[in-house]
Amino acid sequence: MDFIDLPIHAIAHARAGDKGDVSNISLIAYEEKCWDIIYEIATKEKVLQIFKHLGASKVDRYELPNLYALNFVIQNALGGGVNSSLRLDRHGKTLSSHLLHELVLPIKKDMLPKNSPYRQKFKD
Amino acid sequence: MKQKKVYIGCGAGFSGDRFDASIPIVKELKNIDSPKYLMFEVLAERTLAIAQQYRLKNPEEGYSPFLDSYINPILDECLENNIKIISNIGAANPVGAAKRILEISKKLNTRTPKIGVVIGDDLLEYMSHKEILNSPTMEGLDFSNNNITAANVYLGARPIADALTQNVDIVIVGRTVDSALALGPLMYEFGWEINDLDLLGAGTICGHLLECGAQVTGSYFADPGFKDVPDLANVGFPIVEFSKDGTFIITKPVNTGGLVSKATVTEQLLYETHDPSNYLVPDVTADMTNLELEDDGANRVIVRGGKGKKPPEKLKATICCDNGFMGEAEMSYAGPNALARAKLAGEVISKRIETLGLQGQLRVEIIGAGSVHFSHDEESSYNLPENGDYRVRTSGIYPLKHQAQQLVDEVMSLYCCGPSAGGGGRGYVTPQSSTASILVDRKTVDPNIRVKIF
Repeated sequence: MDFIDLPIHAIAHARAGDKGDVSNISLIAYEEKCWDIIYEIATKEKVLQIFKHLGASKVDRYELPNLYALNFVIQNALGGGVNSSLRLDRHGKTLSSHLLHELVLPIKKDMLPKNSPYRQKFKD
Repeated sequence: MKQKKVYIGCGAGFSGDRFDASIPIVKELKNIDSPKYLMFEVLAERTLAIAQQYRLKNPEEGYSPFLDSYINPILDECLENNIKIISNIGAANPVGAAKRILEISKKLNTRTPKIGVVIGDDLLEYMSHKEILNSPTMEGLDFSNNNITAANVYLGARPIADALTQNVDIVIVGRTVDSALALGPLMYEFGWEINDLDLLGAGTICGHLLECGAQVTGSYFADPGFKDVPDLANVGFPIVEFSKDGTFIITKPVNTGGLVSKATVTEQLLYETHDPSNYLVPDVTADMTNLELEDDGANRVIVRGGKGKKPPEKLKATICCDNGFMGEAEMSYAGPNALARAKLAGEVISKRIETLGLQGQLRVEIIGAGSVHFSHDEESSYNLPENGDYRVRTSGIYPLKHQAQQLVDEVMSLYCCGPSAGGGGRGYVTPQSSTASILVDRKTVDPNIRVKIF
């Protein structure tokens, strides 16, 4: 078994910020070797689909190849924003974890960082 | 001769951030023989609206309610070691903050500081409500029927640099872009002019990386097993060493926990950033897309390649209005069949709110069932066990306080009227404030910006 479907959490990290009703979530490759696959897989269409149930209406994607990072700007995903949202997480600070969980892709063992706990999922 | 470097530490990244975080920074900076600064960023959008309320009740107040807690521990050492303090701790009353610092100085028997205060951010002082409401809106709600509680324009770094030319020990501002707390000192120390756009861009990026305190030094980063951070409980807040050419190094004090790495810096770089090639502040449009990060030993990252373009034509201002009251209340269900009982509790609340005729949007979510990523009526993508530890949470915003209280009362009544074995009920009613952003002409704002010396 070469590839296993895993959340992108296996090869990337993320942080979410808010401004009004707009959430921005970065998606950063742990290592250069996964940049190309992240660049290809993490499209704005896919991200919009992941946050649609929260009201997301539009996603812009910005690219920072020097830093192996993408930045997604997601409109209307915060239930009105920090001052009017009824949600427990009014800032949408936890949404970075949602992106890392919901974006799933086939991953090979040698794509993982050296000490990644996901290595245990692969049988040698 | 050694190239001049400017050192800037950040002792707070939000209103209520750790009060003792600046102590290790001051300890480190005091042994450095270069211009050195300590910034405190403590002014969120809502914080200012609350501060305005305090000032309306008492004209002496309206500065940060935490001013004493931040200033007390470090004022004497900063003054004795020529570490200049730059902060938006002035909130709705920067002059009041300066006066309070002078009182603290007397009480602690320190050298009397010379304080520069920047004023001019409070639009209510020179624009009518009508003019404010007629300004072009960037985002937010229609406020024409609400009571404006605060309207403040984001000032840039230039007034801070101007204040520093008057040989002050401390600069206090109200609403100013957070990154300007670093850009102001850099502008002053290196003599940057308005057309030094790349340097202003680099200084803005530096300020942006500093403004959330420990978020660049390993806080808000740890994911055990995946992203480990040593001694997080003792995390050190950031210090920047800035060189004349716009290159800077991010590090943290010795003997502190945390982590400075390319990964921590990249996460913070994009935090609350939209288009990284157009990061707008009043002094410049900063461009992060050419940045290069390089490790420079343990907990030191070099940042190169900050760029800048012409600043935006108009300035952004935030308006705050009263917006009723939010009721929030929770009740726990655990053990066998807990998920079904929590769901039933949510249904009971929804029906009761309908029966009581409370108008408004009600949210019901189950903590433990993906509450922050889903909601009650959506299918969570997690495989949820029927048995477990779940907590139903409801919230609603209503025009009147007693209406919000009614929602809380209904959740509490689950004790006797809800499903089996609910416990740990808690409820809160809190006043709400809404915000919108508008664009204001520089020619309206500029003549009102002044530096007062105390």
